[in-house]
Amino acid sequence: MSNETTLIFQHSRPGRSATAQAPKPVSEDQLSAIPASLRRKNKPGLPEVGELEVVRHYTNLSTKNFAIDKQFYPLGSCTMKYNPRGANRAAMLPGFLNRHPLAPASHSQGYLACLYELQNFLKEVTGMKGVSLAPMAGAQGEFAGVAMIRAYHEARGDDGRTEILIPEAAHGTNPATAVMCGYKVREVPVGKDGDVDLEALKEACGPQTAGLMMTNPSTCGVFERQIEAISKAVHDAGGLLYYDGANLNAILGKVRPGDMGFDVIHMNLHKTFATPHGGGGPGAGPVGVSQRLLDYLPTPMAGLDEESGDYHWIDTDTLPTSIGHLSAFMGNAGVLLRAYFYAMVLGREGMIRVGEYSTLAANYLLKRLEAIGCQAAYPDRRASHEFILTFAKLAKDQHVTALDIAKRLLDYNQHAPTIYFPLLVPECFLIEPTETETKEAMDDFIDAMAKILEEANTDPDTVTQAPFTQPVRRLDDVKAAKELDLVWGE
Amino acid sequence: MSEIPAELRYRQSHEWVRVDGDVAVVGITDHAQDAMGDLVYVELPDVGQVFAAGDEAGVVESVKAASDIYAPVSGEITEINEALDDEPELVNNDPYAGGWLFKIKMADDGELKEMLTADQYQEQIDSE
Repeated sequence: MSNETTLIFQHSRPGRSATAQAPKPVSEDQLSAIPASLRRKNKPGLPEVGELEVVRHYTNLSTKNFAIDKQFYPLGSCTMKYNPRGANRAAMLPGFLNRHPLAPASHSQGYLACLYELQNFLKEVTGMKGVSLAPMAGAQGEFAGVAMIRAYHEARGDDGRTEILIPEAAHGTNPATAVMCGYKVREVPVGKDGDVDLEALKEACGPQTAGLMMTNPSTCGVFERQIEAISKAVHDAGGLLYYDGANLNAILGKVRPGDMGFDVIHMNLHKTFATPHGGGGPGAGPVGVSQRLLDYLPTPMAGLDEESGDYHWIDTDTLPTSIGHLSAFMGNAGVLLRAYFYAMVLGREGMIRVGEYSTLAANYLLKRLEAIGCQAAYPDRRASHEFILTFAKLAKDQHVTALDIAKRLLDYNQHAPTIYFPLLVPECFLIEPTETETKEAMDDFIDAMAKILEEANTDPDTVTQAPFTQPVRRLDDVKAAKELDLVWGE
Repeated sequence: MSEIPAELRYRQSHEWVRVDGDVAVVGITDHAQDAMGDLVYVELPDVGQVFAAGDEAGVVESVKAASDIYAPVSGEITEINEALDDEPELVNNDPYAGGWLFKIKMADDGELKEMLTADQYQEQIDSE
């Protein structure tokens, strides 16, 4: 492993450059449109380095990465599955890559056809009546979803609805979305078996209820068994049901949110439909809706004229009740194309296998980890595509915490699972192997966990001092949070 | 073993109260700070704000989690621990003294009777 610890700026020497990437000189003529007052006086503070130094610097840095291309990456709640290279190749076809976002529909028929078919495919797989691909990421999908709930109540003059109900086991972003859309959040407790406390939910429902946001399977890693009763309670009170697609991978092709009674859903294409994930994007968070919300879908959407066979954009001129645009153009084109390719390659049969294999992998891993002495948070429940372990007893007896075990996993060349989430389980791991991992990869993880548990009991310092083999030891995350400093130099 | 002073009253959500005349001094317990880990930020109410018992009155944030602080009794905030702005670690190092969060002028000291005693709070922790 490389010991590269420098920044590219520290390699800078005056006069060095990578000719291939240097910008072409600009003439005074070309600058004339920019007023002198707006022109910079000094050169920008960019590093001056040769091409070989740049290549070496970043190649060395990349070898330090933990990444799905190198390691098992069981980050629960995130669905860090493998993105097939073929999807990437398809999205990089020159016709897609060089298409200008302002190109007229007549010059974009192929691209529009892909989007139109993707909309239909997502409708079919989720059981919803309409889909818009416009949201640029999961959070924007959530925003669009709750904005549509608001638009629906407002259009009916039903303006006493001020609250969104959110179960404790919902996805962490849901309360933030509700508040962003101007709602108050009311939390609904979850029982010891991971299911929503139905009586408490019924009590919380009323004329002030705008809707309920939930994830199913929940962040407890279990399928909510009372979903039909929950749906009825919320609908009877006049509220709408929002499905957070964070855990859609578990039920893909098996159960459809539309059939469970949900009125609106957002999907994370960067999770479930195998497009790049992590590093802050780009993502894609399409929304699907029931009949009630069709008029409010965000635009633009892809439409088809059945007679002429031509594709076109559907926008607010023909759908004035829409909540409108969410970005300058329409979604992240490249990500949507990758998802289209993924969907077409898998087809209906493949989608069913995704749900089945991701669930099988999670349950295999859970049973094997329980057998070596790990404590499941919900031992009586079957896992969905992910599950929770709790190390509360180990923390009490040996002072070895979930964080310590996560750090020690790095020494065994395993990316740590999500830790300390969901908040309602103490000292927890949230583990999601996904359908793309082999039994051998999971067995390696189980072996590493067995060794760490033994160390925790016989030689706890090895675990509490870990990692030993990484470029850095324990980072001072408290200092990093309190004194955030992201700027190099003065 | 976390420290649970016998003379204080406790809330199930891990706040403690020290009674000083008609004023309640509020903080979070040793057990709570240990479970949270090193705090990086404490959000306190404003002096003069009025709360009912059980209202959200602040937030403590660590590198692991953010957790709401609830007003254990009803009343008006008379003072907040401004030192926590720069030194949230006071809550970790000294949860029952230097790490206090805020003071409430109690509207009804009868509410104290509904809070947990040290023994009851100990029982709650043991059963978690």
